[in-house]
Amino acid sequence: MASHSPQQFKTRLFYALLAAGGLVVLMGLYAVHMMDEQGHIITGMNNQIVWGVPHVFAIFLIVSASGVLNVSSIGSVFNKPAYKARAPLAGLLSIAMLAGGLTVLMLDLGRPDRIIVAATNFNHTSVFAWNIFLYSGMFASVAVYLWTMMEQRMYPWSKPAGFIVFIWRFVLTTGTGVIFSFLVARQAYGTAILPPMFIVLSFAWGLAVFHLVQSAIYQWNEKSLDEHVQKRMRNLMGVFVIAAFYFVVAYHLTNLYFAHQAGFERFILRDGGIYPLLLWIGYVFIGSLLPLLLIFHPSLGKSKHVVAASLLIVLGALALLYVFIIGGQAFPLNIFPGYESSSSFGDGQIGLYHPSIPEVLLGLGGVGISFLIAAIGIRVLDFTPREIPKASS
Amino acid sequence: MSDTNVQRRQFLKTSVGAAAVAIAPGMLLFDMAHGKSEAVSSKVRWGMLIDTASCADGCNDCVTACNKENGLSGGLSPTDSQWIRKVELKDMRGGRTLALPMMCQHCEEPPCVDVCPTGASFKRADGIVLVDKHLCIGCRYCMMACPYKARSFVHEPLHDQKPDVPRGKGTVESCTMCVHRVDKGQQPACAEACPNKSILFGNLNDPESEISKKIRTVQSTQVRADLGLNTGVRYQGL
Repeated sequence: MASHSPQQFKTRLFYALLAAGGLVVLMGLYAVHMMDEQGHIITGMNNQIVWGVPHVFAIFLIVSASGVLNVSSIGSVFNKPAYKARAPLAGLLSIAMLAGGLTVLMLDLGRPDRIIVAATNFNHTSVFAWNIFLYSGMFASVAVYLWTMMEQRMYPWSKPAGFIVFIWRFVLTTGTGVIFSFLVARQAYGTAILPPMFIVLSFAWGLAVFHLVQSAIYQWNEKSLDEHVQKRMRNLMGVFVIAAFYFVVAYHLTNLYFAHQAGFERFILRDGGIYPLLLWIGYVFIGSLLPLLLIFHPSLGKSKHVVAASLLIVLGALALLYVFIIGGQAFPLNIFPGYESSSSFGDGQIGLYHPSIPEVLLGLGGVGISFLIAAIGIRVLDFTPREIPKASS
Repeated sequence: MSDTNVQRRQFLKTSVGAAAVAIAPGMLLFDMAHGKSEAVSSKVRWGMLIDTASCADGCNDCVTACNKENGLSGGLSPTDSQWIRKVELKDMRGGRTLALPMMCQHCEEPPCVDVCPTGASFKRADGIVLVDKHLCIGCRYCMMACPYKARSFVHEPLHDQKPDVPRGKGTVESCTMCVHRVDKGQQPACAEACPNKSILFGNLNDPESEISKKIRTVQSTQVRADLGLNTGVRYQGL
């Protein structure tokens, strides 16, 4: 009996984790119920900051859902065996995060009960409407891709399926960036750099999430990751963090050069209180420089450092999105260029935003949904990466 | 002709007659219930010309009239709906100050309509931009897209609404140019309430209308004309 006890303990631990995840989801649903009864008045969002913390979580999950598929693409499209072994796990994580992110977006609507209206009334000029199509197509294509990888008879189809997923996720993340690119009148958005920026950010964030889940699985099974694989994936993540950082810098530098955008950049980079703080400390230091140090410093770069780096990248991602989404709206619209303006509706004033508990619970609920799908999927199906013997590669 | 045939024809005639008698009153009532039967036409483009020189500093009559007409609370918190607001401006070069009412500019190329996923934001043929409260899912993308901050989101349950002005918790709303009054041949509430007649409402497409004549003779501006949206609301003295 004694030999069974660690196994029993693990089973119990697994159910405890599921229960914890379920509780988080339930709390999110309770927040939705409150918002449904009382309206968005119980959130911190208002007529100036119309998108808040739920959107930070939702966009993080959706962008990462696309980025994590990089692991599959490198395997299927570019034929790297180390990544091929991890493609099914990446597919599962993608579906899990997409489901979590979309649930948050949907439940934050003013009328979530009308979601069917969004599916039946389609305005073809709307990026949002395109995204409804892109998201559902993503679910379908990743599901088919997983099937081709897990069902032996379908193996020959896994490469074309992987290729479709590869294209689809590029289009999807472009679509997410374009939601903001098309907002011509807002200083923070309305630039063509956003879609490629979101794509590169997705690479870094997706790989960070993948690292976290992968090391949890290895830890759980008391295995250690092949050193060669660990080194390659770690370095790739470092490269993605650098590339993402480059795009963020280019975005701000360009804005800084345009005279009419300088006020906005001063706000985000220096004077805006919480926003510069989150950008410099949250994204630049914690989310980029520290992870790079952990990854590339000669005496670091071990498994535990990579896990720490991944965690920091995720935190930096949330900080960057908070600054981008909420800071971008807090800065007043320039409705009357050349004039100082004031009114009862916040013209010319920095928008105030204090996230409330219900909206944070809603956002975390989305993370909870992703966790549940991933945990159950890994437990009941065979998603654990298995190294393909070197000889076959 | 056989007897059967005659009977058959008689039966058909009676049936058609009976059907006509049954349907006719319904048709009549349907017409009555729908009032004017002609559709909104793109021959008309409703617009406004606002004279900022005569818009008095501190006067809020247009805002009060709008709130009363449309059943808005008049609250000024960041979560309250404000369909029209008075904006105080100070020229950063010369220091000149002026005030003007700001509301939905009823663009010819409205960004809110472009981005709305369900088509709830729409533009009528006569240029009035509206939100269909039955289609709006409350995503607020239109509020992100509007360059004029003209839209409000209903953050709380509503009570005592006006029958002519449908609103709903969880949907987005904005100035309707008092479409329910305009359709009856009346002026929007704000234009009617302005003590200095600073808001001139009329048909921009009719060269003989007062607004068209005035736009030909005075210098008027569209707010953020650089965006090329061709607004229905124009300002004089800005």
